[in-house]
Amino acid sequence: MRLEYFQLIDRIVELDLSGRTIKAEATVPTASTIFEGHFPGYPLMPGVLLIETMAQTSGWLVVAINNFTRMPFLAAVKDAKLRTFVTPGQVLSVTAELTHDGSGYAMTEAHIKANGKAICDATLTFSVMAFPNPEMEKRMRATAALINFPTGAPANG
Amino acid sequence: MSSTFDTIANIIAETCDIPRESIKPESHAINDLGIDSLDFLDIAFAIDKAFGIKLPLEQWTQEVNDGKATTDQYFVLKNLSARIDELVAAKGA
Repeated sequence: MRLEYFQLIDRIVELDLSGRTIKAEATVPTASTIFEGHFPGYPLMPGVLLIETMAQTSGWLVVAINNFTRMPFLAAVKDAKLRTFVTPGQVLSVTAELTHDGSGYAMTEAHIKANGKAICDATLTFSVMAFPNPEMEKRMRATAALINFPTGAPANG
Repeated sequence: MSSTFDTIANIIAETCDIPRESIKPESHAINDLGIDSLDFLDIAFAIDKAFGIKLPLEQWTQEVNDGKATTDQYFVLKNLSARIDELVAAKGA
């Protein structure tokens, strides 16, 4: 994770376009100014950032399924459950499944585990639209390269 | 077997917590029922699932934005029901 850049996942480790699933890994940094406030003397990964981690993983799945022609924006978070504390240095396994590919929107079910133990899960809704400008697409492609996004993968798996 | 309108009205009532009796075939989802775009995504999702279709929301929105259609054509519920019936028929054709 590069929290200062709001990059919550380190790498995509599996992408199954036909099964419409994705798996990513993320290591919580051992040090961050965020932990100075959350919480003083008891550093915990904020739950909202865990939700964002699930959203980013889901988002890359939506990007892949749309062959990098569309950009998902988080629109709704339902049934979010933060099941246990996450501490600095923990390695997280993030999975998401596209449960519905609507017209201009998408829904996913996302989960985070650590050492096989459930950390959190949620149902996420995204508005899916054309990239607002070429610069954003360019930067998203640059980020994709950083996290092992499999560029060139066929849209139909 | 309930009608398309009844199915839609039940979905709207449940999704948006709107009294079922206030939802009429002449109701405009946005102007009369006050459903916003985010709530409509939930409704679209439920409709897609219930009827096994994919409501072409992007196409409809584009047509409205381009002045080629009015929101009444797609969001007055009796008209929405007719559009859904067409999509279901096209799927089975």
